Amino acid sequence: MKYLDEYRSADSARRLAEQIACITTRLWTIMEVCGGQTHAIVRFGIDELLPPNITLVHGPGCPVCVTPVEIIDKAIEIAALPGVILTSFGDMLRVPGTAEDLLSVKARGGDVRMVYSPMDALALAKAKPDRQVVFFAVGFETTAPANAMAVAEARRQRITNFSMLVSHVLVPPAIEAILSSPDCRVQGFLAAGHVCTIMGSLEYEPLAAKYGVPIVITGFEPLDILDGIRLCVKQLEESRAEVENAYARAVRSEGNRPAQALIADVFRVVHRRWRGIGEIPRSGLALSERYAEFDADLRFGGGSRTVEESSECISGLVLQGLKKPQECPAFGTRCTPEYPLGATMVSSEGACAAYYRYRRFAEPTHV
Amino acid sequence: MCLAVPGQILEIQGDQPEIRIGRVRFGGIMKDVNLAFVPEAQLGDYVLVHVGFAISRIDEAEASRVFAYLQEIDGDEISG
Repeated sequence: MKYLDEYRSADSARRLAEQIACITTRLWTIMEVCGGQTHAIVRFGIDELLPPNITLVHGPGCPVCVTPVEIIDKAIEIAALPGVILTSFGDMLRVPGTAEDLLSVKARGGDVRMVYSPMDALALAKAKPDRQVVFFAVGFETTAPANAMAVAEARRQRITNFSMLVSHVLVPPAIEAILSSPDCRVQGFLAAGHVCTIMGSLEYEPLAAKYGVPIVITGFEPLDILDGIRLCVKQLEESRAEVENAYARAVRSEGNRPAQALIADVFRVVHRRWRGIGEIPRSGLALSERYAEFDADLRFGGGSRTVEESSECISGLVLQGLKKPQECPAFGTRCTPEYPLGATMVSSEGACAAYYRYRRFAEPTHV
Repeated sequence: MCLAVPGQILEIQGDQPEIRIGRVRFGGIMKDVNLAFVPEAQLGDYVLVHVGFAISRIDEAEASRVFAYLQEIDGDEISG
Protein backbone atom coordinates (compact mmCIF):
# COMPACT_ATOMS: atom_id res chain seq x y z
CA MET A 1 0.00 0.00 0.00
CA LYS A 2 1.26 3.44 -0.94
CA TYR A 3 2.56 5.51 2.00
CA LEU A 4 3.04 2.32 4.06
CA ASP A 5 5.21 -0.22 2.24
CA GLU A 6 7.97 2.16 1.20
CA TYR A 7 8.37 3.27 4.84
CA ARG A 8 9.07 -0.33 5.89
CA SER A 9 12.12 -0.99 3.74
CA ALA A 10 14.63 -2.96 5.83
CA ASP A 11 17.59 -1.67 3.83
CA SER A 12 16.58 1.99 4.24
CA ALA A 13 15.92 1.38 7.95
CA ARG A 14 19.43 -0.01 8.43
CA ARG A 15 20.94 2.98 6.63
CA LEU A 16 19.03 5.42 8.84
CA ALA A 17 20.15 3.47 11.92
CA GLU A 18 23.77 3.74 10.72
CA GLN A 19 23.35 7.51 10.39
CA ILE A 20 22.01 7.66 13.95
CA ALA A 21 25.04 5.67 15.17
CA CYS A 22 27.37 8.08 13.31
CA ILE A 23 26.01 11.19 15.03
CA THR A 24 25.62 9.74 18.55
CA THR A 25 28.49 10.53 20.92
CA ARG A 26 26.78 10.38 24.32
CA LEU A 27 24.09 8.50 26.23
CA TRP A 28 20.59 9.71 25.41
CA THR A 29 17.15 8.70 26.67
CA ILE A 30 14.27 9.41 24.32
CA MET A 31 10.56 8.78 24.97
CA GLU A 32 8.06 7.91 22.27
CA VAL A 33 4.74 9.16 23.58
CA CYS A 34 2.28 7.16 21.52
CA GLY A 35 1.35 3.53 22.14
CA GLY A 36 1.12 2.96 18.38
CA GLN A 37 4.78 3.93 18.11
CA THR A 38 5.68 1.70 21.08
CA HIS A 39 3.99 -1.21 19.33
CA ALA A 40 5.85 -0.52 16.05
CA ILE A 41 9.20 -0.14 17.84
CA VAL A 42 8.88 -3.48 19.61
CA ARG A 43 7.25 -5.27 16.65
CA PHE A 44 9.88 -4.19 14.11
CA GLY A 45 12.77 -4.34 16.60
CA ILE A 46 13.68 -0.71 15.97
CA ASP A 47 15.27 -0.31 19.41
CA GLU A 48 17.60 -3.21 18.57
CA LEU A 49 18.84 -1.37 15.46
CA LEU A 50 19.95 1.61 17.53
CA PRO A 51 23.41 2.13 19.02
CA PRO A 52 23.56 0.98 22.67
CA ASN A 53 23.94 4.53 23.98
CA ILE A 54 20.39 5.40 22.93
CA THR A 55 17.61 4.20 25.22
CA LEU A 56 14.00 4.40 24.14
CA VAL A 57 11.46 4.59 26.95
CA HIS A 58 7.78 4.18 26.39
CA GLY A 59 5.27 6.88 27.23
CA PRO A 60 1.67 7.07 28.42
CA GLY A 61 0.13 7.35 24.94
CA CYS A 62 -2.36 4.52 25.16
CA PRO A 63 -5.82 5.92 25.96
CA VAL A 64 -7.24 2.47 26.67
CA CYS A 65 -4.45 1.87 29.20
CA VAL A 66 -4.87 5.14 31.08
CA THR A 67 -8.68 5.13 31.34
CA PRO A 68 -9.29 5.15 35.10
CA VAL A 69 -10.85 2.08 36.74
CA GLU A 70 -13.74 4.11 38.17
CA ILE A 71 -14.90 5.13 34.67
CA ILE A 72 -14.68 1.51 33.47
CA ASP A 73 -16.75 0.48 36.51
CA LYS A 74 -19.27 3.16 35.55
CA ALA A 75 -19.44 1.83 31.96
CA ILE A 76 -20.00 -1.68 33.36
CA GLU A 77 -22.85 -0.41 35.57
CA ILE A 78 -24.51 1.38 32.65
CA ALA A 79 -24.08 -1.65 30.36
CA ALA A 80 -25.91 -3.82 32.89
CA LEU A 81 -29.00 -1.56 32.94
CA PRO A 82 -32.07 -2.89 31.11
CA GLY A 83 -32.72 -1.32 27.70
CA VAL A 84 -29.15 -0.11 27.27
CA ILE A 85 -26.83 -0.96 24.37
CA LEU A 86 -23.27 -0.05 25.35
CA THR A 87 -20.84 0.46 22.47
CA SER A 88 -17.12 1.16 22.30
CA PHE A 89 -13.94 0.36 20.43
CA GLY A 90 -12.91 -3.30 20.73
CA ASP A 91 -9.96 -2.81 23.10
CA MET A 92 -12.10 -1.06 25.70
CA LEU A 93 -14.34 -4.08 26.20
CA ARG A 94 -11.57 -6.22 27.70
CA VAL A 95 -10.14 -3.71 30.14
CA PRO A 96 -10.65 -4.96 33.68
CA GLY A 97 -12.59 -2.77 36.05
CA THR A 98 -12.62 -3.47 39.79
CA ALA A 99 -14.41 -6.82 39.50
CA GLU A 100 -14.91 -7.57 35.80
CA ASP A 101 -14.76 -6.20 32.25
CA LEU A 102 -17.46 -5.19 29.76
CA LEU A 103 -17.26 -8.54 27.94
CA SER A 104 -18.30 -10.26 31.19
CA VAL A 105 -21.45 -8.11 31.19
CA LYS A 106 -22.07 -9.27 27.61
CA ALA A 107 -21.54 -12.89 28.68
CA ARG A 108 -24.27 -12.43 31.31
CA GLY A 109 -26.68 -11.22 28.63
CA GLY A 110 -25.94 -7.49 28.56
CA ASP A 111 -26.02 -5.80 25.17
CA VAL A 112 -22.40 -4.72 24.69
CA ARG A 113 -21.23 -4.10 21.13
CA MET A 114 -17.94 -3.29 19.45
CA VAL A 115 -18.04 -0.49 16.86
CA TYR A 116 -15.50 0.76 14.33
CA SER A 117 -16.60 4.39 14.52
CA PRO A 118 -18.69 6.52 16.93
CA MET A 119 -20.91 7.21 13.90
CA ASP A 120 -21.81 3.49 13.89
CA ALA A 121 -23.07 3.89 17.46
CA LEU A 122 -25.15 6.88 16.35
CA ALA A 123 -26.58 4.89 13.43
CA LEU A 124 -27.50 2.12 15.88
CA ALA A 125 -29.36 4.65 18.07
CA LYS A 126 -31.26 5.82 15.02
CA ALA A 127 -32.16 2.25 14.08
CA LYS A 128 -33.27 1.33 17.62
CA PRO A 129 -35.26 4.28 18.98
CA ASP A 130 -36.68 2.20 21.85
CA ARG A 131 -33.22 1.50 23.29
CA GLN A 132 -30.67 3.76 24.99
CA VAL A 133 -27.41 3.61 23.01
CA VAL A 134 -24.33 4.70 24.95
CA PHE A 135 -20.93 5.18 23.32
CA PHE A 136 -17.98 4.83 25.72
CA ALA A 137 -15.65 7.47 24.23
CA VAL A 138 -11.95 7.20 24.91
CA GLY A 139 -9.01 8.52 22.99
CA PHE A 140 -6.51 11.30 22.51
CA GLU A 141 -6.86 14.40 20.34
CA THR A 142 -6.80 12.13 17.25
CA THR A 143 -10.16 10.56 18.11
CA ALA A 144 -11.80 13.64 19.68
CA PRO A 145 -13.10 15.15 16.39
CA ALA A 146 -14.85 11.90 15.37
CA ASN A 147 -16.47 11.56 18.80
CA ALA A 148 -17.39 15.25 18.77
CA MET A 149 -19.03 14.80 15.37
CA ALA A 150 -21.21 11.94 16.66
CA VAL A 151 -22.53 14.14 19.50
CA ALA A 152 -23.00 17.17 17.25
CA GLU A 153 -24.90 15.05 14.74
CA ALA A 154 -27.05 13.51 17.52
CA ARG A 155 -28.07 17.03 18.50
CA ARG A 156 -28.63 18.20 14.93
CA GLN A 157 -30.74 15.13 14.07
CA ARG A 158 -32.44 15.12 17.51
CA ILE A 159 -31.43 11.55 18.28
CA THR A 160 -32.31 11.65 21.95
CA ASN A 161 -31.65 7.98 22.81
CA PHE A 162 -27.90 8.47 22.17
CA SER A 163 -25.40 9.49 24.84
CA MET A 164 -21.68 9.36 25.48
CA LEU A 165 -19.56 8.36 28.48
CA VAL A 166 -16.46 10.48 27.87
CA SER A 167 -12.97 9.72 29.14
CA HIS A 168 -10.84 11.68 26.69
CA VAL A 169 -7.22 12.56 27.44
CA LEU A 170 -4.77 15.13 26.09
CA VAL A 171 -1.09 14.63 25.26
CA PRO A 172 0.71 17.91 26.13
CA PRO A 173 -0.33 17.91 29.83
CA ALA A 174 0.95 14.31 30.13
CA ILE A 175 4.30 15.31 28.62
CA GLU A 176 4.47 18.19 31.08
CA ALA A 177 3.63 15.88 34.01
CA ILE A 178 6.51 13.59 33.01
CA LEU A 179 8.95 16.48 32.52
CA SER A 180 8.10 18.14 35.82
CA SER A 181 8.62 14.95 37.83
CA PRO A 182 11.86 15.02 39.86
CA ASP A 183 12.59 11.45 38.65
CA CYS A 184 12.32 12.38 34.95
CA ARG A 185 15.14 10.95 32.87
CA VAL A 186 13.71 11.72 29.43
CA GLN A 187 15.92 14.06 27.38
CA GLY A 188 13.95 14.17 24.14
CA PHE A 189 10.47 13.30 22.91
CA LEU A 190 8.99 11.76 19.79
CA ALA A 191 5.58 13.42 19.72
CA ALA A 192 2.59 11.42 18.48
CA GLY A 193 2.09 12.16 14.78
CA HIS A 194 -1.64 11.58 14.52
CA VAL A 195 -2.43 13.69 17.58
CA CYS A 196 -0.53 16.48 15.81
CA THR A 197 -2.50 16.07 12.56
CA ILE A 198 -5.39 17.46 14.61
CA MET A 199 -3.68 19.87 17.02
CA GLY A 200 -0.61 20.90 15.00
CA SER A 201 2.79 21.56 16.53
CA LEU A 202 2.40 24.97 18.15
CA GLU A 203 1.25 23.75 21.58
CA TYR A 204 4.58 21.92 22.00
CA GLU A 205 6.72 25.06 21.56
CA PRO A 206 6.30 26.28 25.19
CA LEU A 207 7.16 22.77 26.51
CA ALA A 208 10.36 22.53 24.44
CA ALA A 209 11.39 26.01 25.58
CA LYS A 210 10.47 25.66 29.28
CA TYR A 211 12.08 22.25 29.84
CA GLY A 212 14.87 22.50 27.25
CA VAL A 213 13.90 19.28 25.45
CA PRO A 214 13.72 18.57 21.73
CA ILE A 215 10.25 17.43 20.62
CA VAL A 216 10.12 15.76 17.20
CA ILE A 217 6.70 15.05 15.66
CA THR A 218 7.04 11.49 14.39
CA GLY A 219 5.05 9.06 12.26
CA PHE A 220 4.38 5.36 12.82
CA GLU A 221 6.25 3.35 10.21
CA PRO A 222 9.82 2.12 10.83
CA LEU A 223 11.45 4.79 8.61
CA ASP A 224 9.30 7.49 10.22
CA ILE A 225 10.33 6.44 13.72
CA LEU A 226 14.03 6.13 12.83
CA ASP A 227 13.99 9.53 11.14
CA GLY A 228 12.29 11.02 14.22
CA ILE A 229 14.98 9.50 16.44
CA ARG A 230 17.72 10.77 14.11
CA LEU A 231 16.42 14.36 14.24
CA CYS A 232 15.97 14.14 18.02
CA VAL A 233 19.54 12.84 18.56
CA LYS A 234 20.89 15.51 16.19
CA GLN A 235 19.23 18.21 18.30
CA LEU A 236 20.52 16.67 21.55
CA GLU A 237 24.07 16.43 20.19
CA GLU A 238 23.91 20.06 19.04
CA SER A 239 22.35 21.22 22.36
CA ARG A 240 19.20 22.42 20.64
CA ALA A 241 15.68 22.05 22.05
CA GLU A 242 13.19 22.75 19.28
CA VAL A 243 9.91 21.43 17.96
CA GLU A 244 10.63 19.74 14.67
CA ASN A 245 8.24 18.02 12.26
CA ALA A 246 9.43 14.67 10.90
CA TYR A 247 5.90 13.76 9.75
CA ALA A 248 5.19 16.68 7.46
CA ARG A 249 3.32 14.55 4.93
CA ALA A 250 0.45 14.43 7.44
CA VAL A 251 1.04 17.23 9.96
CA ARG A 252 0.79 21.00 9.36
CA SER A 253 1.97 23.38 12.09
CA GLU A 254 -1.53 24.81 12.55
CA GLY A 255 -3.14 21.32 12.65
CA ASN A 256 -6.65 20.60 11.36
CA ARG A 257 -8.72 23.76 11.92
CA PRO A 258 -12.23 22.33 11.18
CA ALA A 259 -11.53 19.46 13.61
CA GLN A 260 -10.25 21.85 16.30
CA ALA A 261 -13.34 24.04 15.93
CA LEU A 262 -15.67 21.08 16.49
CA ILE A 263 -13.66 19.85 19.51
CA ALA A 264 -13.87 23.34 21.04
CA ASP A 265 -17.64 23.41 20.50
CA VAL A 266 -18.48 19.96 21.86
CA PHE A 267 -15.92 19.44 24.61
CA ARG A 268 -14.38 21.37 27.50
CA VAL A 269 -11.01 20.82 29.18
CA VAL A 270 -11.16 19.17 32.63
CA HIS A 271 -8.78 17.65 35.20
CA ARG A 272 -8.49 13.91 34.58
CA ARG A 273 -7.20 10.94 36.52
CA TRP A 274 -4.90 8.66 34.46
CA ARG A 275 -4.81 4.98 35.41
CA GLY A 276 -1.43 4.18 36.91
CA ILE A 277 -0.37 7.84 37.10
CA GLY A 278 -3.00 9.83 39.01
CA GLU A 279 -4.67 13.17 38.36
CA ILE A 280 -3.08 15.46 35.79
CA PRO A 281 -4.49 19.01 35.73
CA ARG A 282 -6.36 20.06 32.58
CA SER A 283 -5.48 16.78 30.85
CA GLY A 284 -8.91 15.57 29.76
CA LEU A 285 -11.99 16.45 27.76
CA ALA A 286 -15.61 16.23 28.91
CA LEU A 287 -18.80 17.30 27.13
CA SER A 288 -19.41 21.04 27.24
CA GLU A 289 -22.53 22.54 28.86
CA ARG A 290 -24.18 22.90 25.44
CA TYR A 291 -24.11 19.12 25.01
CA ALA A 292 -24.83 18.12 28.64
CA GLU A 293 -28.05 16.33 27.61
CA PHE A 294 -25.87 13.75 25.78
CA ASP A 295 -23.69 13.05 28.83
CA ALA A 296 -24.25 9.39 29.83
CA ASP A 297 -22.76 10.12 33.23
CA LEU A 298 -25.58 12.60 33.97
CA ARG A 299 -28.28 10.59 32.18
CA PHE A 300 -27.63 7.41 34.17
CA GLY A 301 -26.83 9.09 37.50
CA GLY A 302 -23.12 8.70 37.90
CA GLY A 303 -21.40 10.37 40.82
CA SER A 304 -17.69 10.25 41.41
CA ARG A 305 -15.76 7.53 43.15
CA THR A 306 -12.17 6.48 43.57
CA VAL A 307 -10.88 2.96 43.26
CA GLU A 308 -7.68 1.47 44.57
CA GLU A 309 -5.46 -0.08 41.91
CA SER A 310 -3.43 -3.28 42.25
CA SER A 311 -0.45 -2.55 44.47
CA GLU A 312 1.69 -5.12 42.67
CA CYS A 313 1.33 -3.47 39.25
CA ILE A 314 4.06 -1.00 38.27
CA SER A 315 2.24 0.33 35.20
CA GLY A 316 2.42 3.90 36.51
CA LEU A 317 6.22 3.70 36.43
CA VAL A 318 6.18 2.04 32.99
CA LEU A 319 3.85 4.76 31.64
CA GLN A 320 6.24 7.46 32.85
CA GLY A 321 9.26 5.76 31.32
CA LEU A 322 10.81 4.99 34.73
CA LYS A 323 10.68 1.17 34.39
CA LYS A 324 10.64 -1.35 31.55
CA PRO A 325 7.95 -4.06 31.51
CA GLN A 326 10.35 -6.95 32.29
CA GLU A 327 11.39 -5.21 35.49
CA CYS A 328 8.00 -6.07 36.98
CA PRO A 329 8.00 -9.34 38.97
CA ALA A 330 4.45 -10.10 37.77
CA PHE A 331 5.27 -9.64 34.05
CA GLY A 332 4.28 -12.70 32.05
CA THR A 333 3.41 -14.72 35.15
CA ARG A 334 0.65 -13.25 37.31
CA CYS A 335 0.05 -10.56 34.67
CA THR A 336 -0.67 -11.51 31.04
CA PRO A 337 -2.94 -10.04 28.32
CA GLU A 338 -5.59 -12.66 29.25
CA TYR A 339 -5.42 -11.78 32.96
CA PRO A 340 -3.96 -8.29 33.15
CA LEU A 341 -3.18 -6.72 36.54
CA GLY A 342 -2.98 -3.25 35.12
CA ALA A 343 -3.18 -0.66 32.44
CA THR A 344 -0.20 -1.39 30.23
CA MET A 345 -0.94 -5.12 29.82
CA VAL A 346 -4.50 -4.45 28.69
CA SER A 347 -4.37 -2.87 25.27
CA SER A 348 -2.24 -4.28 22.46
CA GLU A 349 -0.62 -0.83 22.40
CA GLY A 350 0.35 -0.90 26.06
CA ALA A 351 4.09 -1.34 26.58
CA CYS A 352 3.70 -4.51 28.70
CA ALA A 353 1.39 -6.14 26.13
CA ALA A 354 3.81 -5.29 23.29
CA TYR A 355 6.75 -6.79 25.24
CA TYR A 356 4.67 -9.83 26.14
CA ARG A 357 3.75 -10.40 22.51
CA TYR A 358 7.16 -9.84 20.92
CA ARG A 359 9.78 -10.08 23.68
CA ARG A 360 8.69 -12.40 26.46
CA PHE A 361 11.33 -15.01 25.63
CA ALA A 362 14.12 -12.46 25.15
CA GLU A 363 16.78 -11.82 27.78
CA PRO A 364 16.40 -8.34 29.24
CA THR A 365 19.17 -6.11 27.87
CA HIS A 366 18.71 -2.60 29.24
CA VAL A 367 17.52 -3.22 32.79
CA MET B 1 -5.67 3.55 19.33
CA CYS B 2 -4.48 6.52 17.27
CA LEU B 3 -4.00 4.21 14.31
CA ALA B 4 -4.71 5.98 11.01
CA VAL B 5 -4.39 4.31 7.63
CA PRO B 6 -3.63 6.03 4.30
CA GLY B 7 -6.05 5.45 1.44
CA GLN B 8 -6.95 7.02 -1.90
CA ILE B 9 -10.22 8.86 -2.56
CA LEU B 10 -11.88 7.29 -5.63
CA GLU B 11 -15.33 8.89 -5.39
CA ILE B 12 -16.90 11.80 -3.53
CA GLN B 13 -20.60 12.10 -2.65
CA GLY B 14 -22.26 15.24 -1.28
CA ASP B 15 -21.19 18.76 -2.09
CA GLN B 16 -21.47 20.45 1.31
CA PRO B 17 -18.21 20.19 3.27
CA GLU B 18 -19.86 18.84 6.47
CA ILE B 19 -21.59 15.92 4.75
CA ARG B 20 -19.02 14.91 2.15
CA ILE B 21 -18.43 11.17 2.07
CA GLY B 22 -15.57 9.64 0.10
CA ARG B 23 -15.18 6.13 -1.23
CA VAL B 24 -11.61 5.36 -0.17
CA ARG B 25 -9.41 2.48 -1.27
CA PHE B 26 -6.94 0.87 1.18
CA GLY B 27 -5.02 -1.70 -0.85
CA GLY B 28 -7.78 -4.11 -1.85
CA ILE B 29 -10.40 -2.81 0.58
CA MET B 30 -12.95 -0.04 -0.12
CA LYS B 31 -14.65 1.95 2.63
CA ASP B 32 -16.90 4.99 2.92
CA VAL B 33 -15.08 7.71 4.81
CA ASN B 34 -16.37 10.97 6.27
CA LEU B 35 -14.50 13.91 4.67
CA ALA B 36 -15.91 16.67 6.92
CA PHE B 37 -12.46 17.49 8.37
CA VAL B 38 -10.60 17.63 5.04
CA PRO B 39 -12.58 20.12 2.92
CA GLU B 40 -9.48 20.61 0.74
CA ALA B 41 -9.28 16.90 -0.26
CA GLN B 42 -10.05 16.13 -3.91
CA LEU B 43 -10.63 13.03 -5.99
CA GLY B 44 -7.41 11.04 -6.31
CA ASP B 45 -5.86 12.49 -3.11
CA TYR B 46 -4.55 10.23 -0.36
CA VAL B 47 -5.97 10.83 3.11
CA LEU B 48 -5.20 9.42 6.56
CA VAL B 49 -8.29 7.71 7.96
CA HIS B 50 -9.04 7.22 11.66
CA VAL B 51 -12.31 5.65 12.99
CA GLY B 52 -14.16 6.43 9.76
CA PHE B 53 -12.94 10.03 9.36
CA ALA B 54 -10.23 11.46 7.13
CA ILE B 55 -8.06 13.53 9.49
CA SER B 56 -5.38 14.77 7.09
CA ARG B 57 -4.62 14.98 3.38
CA ILE B 58 -1.23 13.46 2.60
CA ASP B 59 1.24 15.92 1.10
CA GLU B 60 3.07 14.09 -1.69
CA ALA B 61 6.03 16.44 -1.80
CA GLU B 62 6.67 16.09 1.95
CA ALA B 63 6.24 12.32 1.70
CA SER B 64 9.44 12.01 -0.33
CA ARG B 65 11.60 13.93 2.18
CA VAL B 66 13.10 10.91 3.96
CA PHE B 67 13.85 9.24 0.63
CA ALA B 68 15.58 12.40 -0.62
CA TYR B 69 17.68 12.32 2.56
CA LEU B 70 18.58 8.66 1.98
CA GLN B 71 19.64 9.50 -1.58
CA GLU B 72 21.69 12.38 -0.29
CA ILE B 73 23.65 10.14 2.12
CA ASP B 74 24.14 7.60 -0.67
CA GLY B 75 25.60 10.38 -2.82
CA ASP B 76 27.91 11.40 0.04
CA GLU B 77 29.10 7.82 0.46
CA ILE B 78 29.81 7.39 -3.27
CA SER B 79 31.56 10.75 -3.70
CA GLY B 80 33.24 10.69 -0.27
